[in-house]
Amino acid sequence: MLYREAGQFKTTYAADQQIFPIRQDRIGLALLLAIAFVAVPLFASEYWLKAILMPFLVFSLAALGLNILTGYAGQLSLGSAAFMAVGAFAAYNFMLRVDGMPLLVAFALGGLAAALVGVAFGLPSLRIKGFYLAVATLAAQFFIVWILTKVSWFSNYSSSGVITAQDMEIFGYRFDSPESRYLLVLAIVAVMALMAKNMVRGSVGRAWMAVRDMDVAAEVIGIRIMYTKLLAFAVSSFYCGVAGALYAYAYLGTVEPEGFNLDLSFKILFMIIIGGVGSISGAFLGSAFIVLLPIFLDVLVQDVFAGVFSPSIASNLQLMVFGGLIIFFLIVEPHGLARLWQIAKEKLRLWPFPH
Amino acid sequence: MKLKTKFLLSAAAVSSAFVSSAVLAQASEQFIGLPSYRVGAYAAGGSGIYGGWIDYMQLINEKEGGVNGVKLTWEECETEYNNARGVECYERLKSKGASGNSVFQPLSTGITYSVLDKVAQDKIPMVTIGYGRTDAADGRVFPWVFPMVTTYWSQNTAKIKFIGQKEGGMDKLKGKKIVNIYHDSAYGKETIPLLDAQAAKYGFTVIHIPVSHPGNEQQSQWLRVRQEKPDWVILRGWGVMNPTAIKAAAKVGFPREKMVGVWWSGAEEDTVPAGAAAKGFIAAGFNVAGANYPVIKDIQENVYKKNKGNMEDKNRIGSVYYNRGVVHGIITVEAIRTAQAKFGKGKVMNGEQMRWGFENLAIDSKRLKELGAEGFMPDLKVSCADHEGSGKVKFQQWDGKEWKVLTDWVDADKELVRPMIEESAAKYAKEKNITPRDCSKEG
Repeated sequence: MLYREAGQFKTTYAADQQIFPIRQDRIGLALLLAIAFVAVPLFASEYWLKAILMPFLVFSLAALGLNILTGYAGQLSLGSAAFMAVGAFAAYNFMLRVDGMPLLVAFALGGLAAALVGVAFGLPSLRIKGFYLAVATLAAQFFIVWILTKVSWFSNYSSSGVITAQDMEIFGYRFDSPESRYLLVLAIVAVMALMAKNMVRGSVGRAWMAVRDMDVAAEVIGIRIMYTKLLAFAVSSFYCGVAGALYAYAYLGTVEPEGFNLDLSFKILFMIIIGGVGSISGAFLGSAFIVLLPIFLDVLVQDVFAGVFSPSIASNLQLMVFGGLIIFFLIVEPHGLARLWQIAKEKLRLWPFPH
Repeated sequence: MKLKTKFLLSAAAVSSAFVSSAVLAQASEQFIGLPSYRVGAYAAGGSGIYGGWIDYMQLINEKEGGVNGVKLTWEECETEYNNARGVECYERLKSKGASGNSVFQPLSTGITYSVLDKVAQDKIPMVTIGYGRTDAADGRVFPWVFPMVTTYWSQNTAKIKFIGQKEGGMDKLKGKKIVNIYHDSAYGKETIPLLDAQAAKYGFTVIHIPVSHPGNEQQSQWLRVRQEKPDWVILRGWGVMNPTAIKAAAKVGFPREKMVGVWWSGAEEDTVPAGAAAKGFIAAGFNVAGANYPVIKDIQENVYKKNKGNMEDKNRIGSVYYNRGVVHGIITVEAIRTAQAKFGKGKVMNGEQMRWGFENLAIDSKRLKELGAEGFMPDLKVSCADHEGSGKVKFQQWDGKEWKVLTDWVDADKELVRPMIEESAAKYAKEKNITPRDCSKEG
C-alpha cells in the first residue's frame, strides 16, 4: 500500500542508479529533512535542541565515521573517541593560533588532522586483522588521550588541561542561539552523510566492501589493499574528527581530554552494532538508541515512577532495562535496527502478497 | 508487522513521558535540581554525598517548614558521571520549579567544564565544592561559578603546611624530599606547578610519579618510592588507586603515617578496602567524619525517625562522603537564606538572586554553632573577588576503624595561590573576551 511501486518506470541508467530508486523513499527523506530543517527549529524547545538533538547528531556523525571503517571496510577500531579528540583539539589550535581562521575551515582542518593520525594508526592494519587490529587501535585510544594531557601546548598551557572553544562565527554571524547551532550541526551532518552514502555506493565503497569480505580475493581482482585500507582509516577518522570538533564547539563548549575516553569509543562501537554494521541509516538509528534511550528511561523513572523506587534502585533499574533492551534487539535482529527497517520495507513493497 | 506496532507503542510512551514531565509551577517552593550518580564506578561518592545533601534539605523542611516558609523541593537526574548525560540533566532541570533550578552542583569536574559556558547564559549559579575549575575562584572572571570552601591548589598548600608542622616548622622543610604520587589525568596534574613553586620557596625537593588510570597496579611506582626514600608521600589519587597505593606502601614498608592524601582519597571507601595496611594513613578534608555532631543527630532525630531518610545503608550516616553531602546542604540552604534576607523573606529566589546569595554567603563560627556544625566544616566568607571563601582543611588519620581528626583548621597559603589563580583566570578572560567585573561596584 505504502510502498506500491506500480507506475514507477526507470527509463535511464541515471534513474536506476540514483540513491533512492523508489519514489516513496525520496518523498520520505525530503519530508524528514524538511521537518529537521524547518519544523524542529521552529517548534522544538531549547531542552530538546541542546540536550537531545545535538548529541544525537554529533554521535551520529561519529558513528557514521566508525561505520565506514568497521562496517564497510571491515577494520575493527576502538579508537573513535581518540580521533574525535584529535579533531576537537586540532580545530581549537587552528582557531587559536591562526588569525582570522574561518570556523568551517578549522573544522575541516581538525578533520584532516584526525585523518592523518588515523592513517598513522591504520598502518598496522596492513599486517594484522580482526581482534589484533582492535588492540592496535586501542593503543591509539590511550596514546592520544595521554599525549593531549601530557603536552600542555595542545591545551594552550591550561593548568587543568581543558580547552574552551572560541565563539562560533561565520561571515560575521554568531552562532549563539540553540536553533542556529542546531542548524549548523544539522547542515554539516546532512552534507557529510550524503557524501558518505555516495562514497559507499561508488567504486571506493565497493573496494572497501571487497576488502572487508575477502582481502586476498580483492587483491587478486586488482584492488590496492594498502591504499584502500588507509583511505578507509583516513575517511573514517575525518568524520570522527569533525564530529569531535562539533562536540567541542557546538555541543559542550569546554572539553577535557578525559572526556574522550575508552568508554566513549565503546559507546560509538555499540551504536553501529545496534544500529546496523555497514549501513548509513544504521549510524543514525544506533546513535538514537544509545543516546536517547537512557535519557528516556531516566525521565520515565524520575517523573512517572517518582517515589515508587528508592533512588539507587531507580538508577540501577535504568541500566538493567537498557541492557535488557540491547539484548532484546540483538536477538530479534542481529544485524541491527537498520536491517529491521530494511526487512519491514521489503515486506511493505510486497504487501499484500508476501511470498 | 508485530514489531512495527511495538515501535509505535514505545514511541507513544516516549512522547507521553516527556509531556508529563512538565512540572507545574508551585508558588512557594524552591527547586533544587540534583544531577546525581548512583551507578557506576563512583556510585559510593555519589550516593553518599547526594544522600547527605537530600537528608539535610529534608531536615530543613521537617524542622523549620522550609527556609522562612519556602519549602525545598528537589528532583534527581542520573548522570552516571558522564559528561553528555550531565549536560542533558542540566538542561532538563534548569527550568523546573517555580523559578527554575536554584543551583547546579554536578560533583564531577568533567560535567563542570561541560556546562561552564551554559550557566552564565542561563543565569544559574554553579557551585563546585572541592572539585571543578580552580581558577574560577576569581569571581571577577567567573561570576556564576563558585569553587567553594577550598580548591586543589589551596588544599595543597595546606598540606605542605601540615607537613611543615609535623617536621617542626616550615624552615625544617629545607632539604626534605617529598614524592607526589598522582593520578595521570588533568585532575592529578593540577597541583604539579604549585608543588614546584612551593619546593622552590621552602627548599625541599619534590618528585612527581604518575599512576595511569585506573591505578590498580602500582608496583613500579612504589619501588621507585623505596629507592628515593622520601620523607613524605603525597597521594593525589582517586577511586581504586587509593587502596592500591596504601597496600603497595605497606608492601615496600613505607610508613602510612607519612602519607598524606587529598579529600578524594580520604573516605572510608578508600581505607576499608586496604584493610590493616591503611592504619595511620592521613588525608585532608574540608569536612570531618563522625556522627556525633548536633546537625547529624538532628537529621537522625527529625528525618530518619520519621522514616524519611535517603540513605539505604544507615551505617553510612556520619561517613566522610555523607557528611560532605551535609556540607553541600548547609551551603545551599544558607545561600537561600542570604538571598532571602536581601530580596524578601519567604519568597522564591531565582537564579540571579541565588547567585547574589552565594556571592555574599558568610557562615561564621557563631552561625556554624547555631547550625550544629561547629568544627564540622570551616567558616566561610565568599565575596565578589573570592569565590572560594575559605581554603581551610582539617587533617584526619585512619585508626583502622574510623577517621580521627588530627589538627584544627589549617589555612591555605593565599599569597602563593591567589596570584596563580588570577593569572590563570586572566588568561581565560583573554581567550573568551571577558571583561572582568569591577568588584568595587558590586552591591
